[in-house]
Amino acid sequence: MTISYLTKDYEIVRDEKRCIKCQVCARQCANHVHGYDEQYDEMTSDGGACVACQRCVTLCPTGALRVQRSTTHFRDNCNWTAGVQSSIVKQAETGGVLLSGMGTDRPHPIYWDRIVLNASQVTNPSIDPLREPMELRTYLGRKPDRLELDERDGRLRLKTALDPQLKLELPVMFSAMSFGSISFNACLSLARAAKAAGTFCNTGEGGLHKDLYEYGPSTIVQVASGRFGVTPQYLMAGAAIEIKIGQGAKPGIGGHLPGEKVTRTISETRMIPMGTDAISPAPHHDIYSIEDLRLLIYALKEATNYTKPVSVKIAAVHNVAAIASGAVRAGADIVAIDGIRGGTGAAPTVIRDNVGIPIELALASVDSRLREEGIRNQASLVAAGGIRNSADIVKAIALGADAVYIATSALIAMGCHVCQKCYTGRCNWGIATQDPNLVRRLNPDIGTRRLTNLLRAWSLEIKELMGGMGVNAVESLRGNRAHLRGMGLTDTELRILGIEPAGA
Amino acid sequence: MKDTRYIHSGCAIVGIMSEEGRLIDSEMIMTAIANMHFRANGLGGGFAAYGIYPEFEDYYALHMMFESEKGKDDCEALFARYFVVRSDERIPTRPVPAIRNRPLLWRYFVSVKEEIREEFYDLTEEDIVVKAVMHINATMSDAFVASSGRNMGVFKGVGYPEEIGEFYKLDTYRAYQWTAHGRFPTNTSAWWGGAHPFGLLDWTIMHNGEISSYGINRRYLANFGYECHMQTDTEVITYLFDLLVRKHRLPIEVAAKVLAAPLWKQIERMEEPERSSLEGLRMVYGGALLNGPFSVVLGSNRMMVGLNDRLKLRPMVAARDKDLVFIASEEAAIRSVCAAPESVWSIKAGEPLAAALKEKVA
Repeated sequence: MTISYLTKDYEIVRDEKRCIKCQVCARQCANHVHGYDEQYDEMTSDGGACVACQRCVTLCPTGALRVQRSTTHFRDNCNWTAGVQSSIVKQAETGGVLLSGMGTDRPHPIYWDRIVLNASQVTNPSIDPLREPMELRTYLGRKPDRLELDERDGRLRLKTALDPQLKLELPVMFSAMSFGSISFNACLSLARAAKAAGTFCNTGEGGLHKDLYEYGPSTIVQVASGRFGVTPQYLMAGAAIEIKIGQGAKPGIGGHLPGEKVTRTISETRMIPMGTDAISPAPHHDIYSIEDLRLLIYALKEATNYTKPVSVKIAAVHNVAAIASGAVRAGADIVAIDGIRGGTGAAPTVIRDNVGIPIELALASVDSRLREEGIRNQASLVAAGGIRNSADIVKAIALGADAVYIATSALIAMGCHVCQKCYTGRCNWGIATQDPNLVRRLNPDIGTRRLTNLLRAWSLEIKELMGGMGVNAVESLRGNRAHLRGMGLTDTELRILGIEPAGA
Repeated sequence: MKDTRYIHSGCAIVGIMSEEGRLIDSEMIMTAIANMHFRANGLGGGFAAYGIYPEFEDYYALHMMFESEKGKDDCEALFARYFVVRSDERIPTRPVPAIRNRPLLWRYFVSVKEEIREEFYDLTEEDIVVKAVMHINATMSDAFVASSGRNMGVFKGVGYPEEIGEFYKLDTYRAYQWTAHGRFPTNTSAWWGGAHPFGLLDWTIMHNGEISSYGINRRYLANFGYECHMQTDTEVITYLFDLLVRKHRLPIEVAAKVLAAPLWKQIERMEEPERSSLEGLRMVYGGALLNGPFSVVLGSNRMMVGLNDRLKLRPMVAARDKDLVFIASEEAAIRSVCAAPESVWSIKAGEPLAAALKEKVA
């Protein structure tokens, strides 16, 4: 092989005074950055393979390690940055499509940070969530325009039959991450945390491992274009079914699972041969139009005897409002919208970084469109793609979401440091890997606790923010854009978001 | 007493109704609302009176406010398309020095034209009246409909309520239900149309509080064709009652459970089938939940209803004495006109008090 022209991204700095040569770093690094030279009794490091996942830094018992960006200085150039050059070099050397994991790292605008929330002063008392009830319960699913009730013997009785609903104790769910892209222990942690918190986790398109069927009532089972692991039992196991049309990280293409990650259990669960790449088709080959989507929605409803809500997940693209409206009219009970900053286990970098629109704009225009058409109550809206904290959640709900999906945040809670190398299968944190030695590093009990802690902390913060606004039930926040103001946004952006500028 | 530096809390509300339908003069309501003078700040006062137009019982009484002669002409052109005008006149007033910058006040007694009912065959007669009222309030800047029900009317304006009552010569009317409001506006500027009560058909709403769910209530109503143009949360309460009670035919007690919904914890303790009913109501009507502090008095030809928010963040007291039911922001206001009522109690959070006309109860 010829010499690679690539330079190192990172360098390892080892404080020799602190290092006790315990070799934890060497054992922990699946990328073989660290080594131990017995002959000279010294630790070695090769920053070239480092992905900056911080595993060695975190586990070094004496704090002797530091990862830093390579100090090699490229000649300054605003166009031909080190990153741009390195992409070209990689492609010149391999002739391949560049892959990335996680959501885009490009500086796309984050509208959440340009939106501020309201609080009560004098005329309307703020509500203290430590002393007053504060309700986050949310139901996802199709709602009728009106209810009919009758009263017999002084007791109210519903005459209208309600469609099946998902009952969430907080408006946050774990988004689709397939068994395959993430490890069994990660799936188990998510499922247990969803159950404990009274919410749901989404299987992604990788089927449901047989040991996770017991968490079915807290699970949304996904049906994607690859149909991996889809059986009648699988459909019946979940609380809801989600048809994945698209994903924010890679609109227009299907899922990618590199063969390196297709182990025996993955192959069993997905019903594909071991070691083969699992590349989902870009479209569903039975959906070439909105009418076809309707057929699939109703096929799934028929298959589950109309006992489960059916969600349709779409990537936020230019025409998202019309697409969402079509999905609702085609029978979707829930529409999940995934924005450009959404994550993935593997996507072509060029697609991840360039295709789609931000979730804030997509969500606002979908909610407005559905209301204009008078069909907003016919489906619930779930916003996904780069939800980072409780404030993002509150802003998403005020823009019009019924609930949000989180995935990257959940991974970070379990140890992920967003190194973007999920597709290599060498996740040092035991999350995006199928290597049993790595998977073992994620203790499902600890993973579950960290996830439930995160949800608890966020729900406390959501309640504080709501109390400040003077609302004590999340339905009074939902779609309540009067509580939002924009900062530093153009008139056009404000119009699309449907909010006033700060000060107005 | 006259120390105006003290900042007083919110608005004043009184409602008095005879469940027998006995017509009473305006003295009681004027005394009771004047008793709470300091809950208002002179930027809005108003009254609703039911049973005042027995001679036009079958006609919609449109109480109009016009900012210009052109506003009146435009409106009358619209009336000519929709309605047969049985009678119209200037609303009688007397000079009160404090009442300035008055709009032109006029009332029309109308019925819906037969051909219009045929044209809008999918709408009820009441829907057509609502449509006309919304059209005027939304698009005609110089005209405003203060009330549009049968055998009732709203008298309101900028001033203290006792001045407004004097101005409108309320002493010349007799009603079986009187409600009154003194306003301390915080969110919207003072203008004649913005005073309470807010009226649509025979619904009238008076409100003390601020609805922190306004943003979503307004968008929820838009789903059903209601357009809010008044910049006031009282408007959305009126439309919500109209939607729930008139259009969706929910009993008033059930509508109250939508607007001031019980907590999930309370619902969980209920027995079936009530539990699922309340769960369903919150699920389906979440956008109609009124959040934030409020006390509301809802009037209609049939009933008077008092409702507090689900945390009871605003005061509201009720009393009963023979055929009379009283609702007021302060007990003192009730006792100023009925020193020793048979019973007095505080209205509970989220639980409506409904006084209903006896002969009209099924």
